[in-house]
Amino acid sequence: MTMVFDDPGETAEEFPVRKIRFSINGKKKMAEIEPRLLLADLIRRGAGLTGTHRGCDTTNCGACTVLVDGRAIKSCTMLAVQVDGREVTTVEGLASASELHPIQEGFRQEHGLQCGFCTPGMMMAAKDLLDRNPDPTEEDVRWALSGNLCRCTGYQNIVKSVLWAAEKLRAEA
Amino acid sequence: MFPSRFRYEAPRTLAEAIGLLADGGDYAKVLAGGQSLVPMMKLRFASPELIVDINNVPGLAYHRADPDGSLHIGALCRHADLEFSNLLQGTQPTMAAAAPLVADPLVRNRGTLVGSLCHADPQGDWASVLLALGGSVIAQGPGGRRAIPLAEFVTGPFQNVLSHDEIAVEAVVPPATGIRAGGYLKLERRVGDFATVGVAVAIETSGSGVVRAGIALTGVGGSTIGATDAAAALTGKPLTAGSIAEAAELAAAAARPRTDHRGSAEYKRHLVSVFVTRILGGTAAASTEANAERAA
Repeated sequence: MTMVFDDPGETAEEFPVRKIRFSINGKKKMAEIEPRLLLADLIRRGAGLTGTHRGCDTTNCGACTVLVDGRAIKSCTMLAVQVDGREVTTVEGLASASELHPIQEGFRQEHGLQCGFCTPGMMMAAKDLLDRNPDPTEEDVRWALSGNLCRCTGYQNIVKSVLWAAEKLRAEA
Repeated sequence: MFPSRFRYEAPRTLAEAIGLLADGGDYAKVLAGGQSLVPMMKLRFASPELIVDINNVPGLAYHRADPDGSLHIGALCRHADLEFSNLLQGTQPTMAAAAPLVADPLVRNRGTLVGSLCHADPQGDWASVLLALGGSVIAQGPGGRRAIPLAEFVTGPFQNVLSHDEIAVEAVVPPATGIRAGGYLKLERRVGDFATVGVAVAIETSGSGVVRAGIALTGVGGSTIGATDAAAALTGKPLTAGSIAEAAELAAAAARPRTDHRGSAEYKRHLVSVFVTRILGGTAAASTEANAERAA
């Protein structure tokens, strides 16, 4: 992974590039980054994983949601340097080589997306919920997704998709 | 958007963090959850030269009740830790009510209670809750620790009394002298928006009635407002429909709301009295009194 920065000239020494080690979707990575780089940019531009979407860029919409050490967070609101030594999971980490994750399957079965822009964030917030609570009520799902905005679906089918996935995961367990 | 350049340090001990802050002067900021600081840095409302990230300092992620009944919340205790805490259910009704209403679930996974207090946003939920509970902040600096009551901690919008080389390491809720009751209600246009109005009520009752009361208001003034007259109207007597109505009126009078896109000043002031009435009317103490009144 190579990243290119503006040379700040004389102040270069004051703003050293930091070396970090982290894992993304189970793969170990190293990076040299400026401390002000946001996690969303490390993922999208550094690691080339563009499934994580950048929506509002102001901590509102949740399209950039990823898991850090298993917890769903907004990657536009965390410094990349903070994942040093931590595990990042993006939407690309859900599916296996041969099959979709039950959450992804749920979104297909229940028509949980229209334009698809919010979908990766919805799925990662749902992953956090289902890891914590395998048998959520509709209210639990709506609560857990309340930090993720969708402008197409009216949320109805997104909620159904997550409930579908919960049932599938329980059946598999 | 991305922040302006800064130096980043991630110390492993509090002493090291405090040393870095002392060297960094007024241009250093502590980074805990970052859910207010990072957005402000992206918008360039804040451009610190040094960020001291305390996330790698061990032993700050706790919240615990001590044998004396006091509650202690460490600087890295996330909102979600409190939302899903079994400790708060039953013993800390005002805190348990507020925890799920802070921001949204994703922000709650990252943001911290102590960070919210330090950020001192007039629309922050926790400052009202801790003010109503008579809480304090423990600050640690080169000279040791000191406890700062919430009422003195926040000095204005986005301002607190911490010295540049101090870190807020813990928030403390003192032990109750009676049985705790109360709650937190907030009106927001949608989840994650700033509060239109928030009201925190914390009372303690014993046989004779209310032995301690605290009421604080979110988002209806230039800083978190302690409605001390309203709280005084409840104290030292049984909780009745009359005392609730008086407290609601006094709390509304303490509010200093401004008309904006979230509503008119009059509307917000009205909501303060509605929320005080709703929270107190929903407490067990109030229903016991109501039953007694009906029986008589």
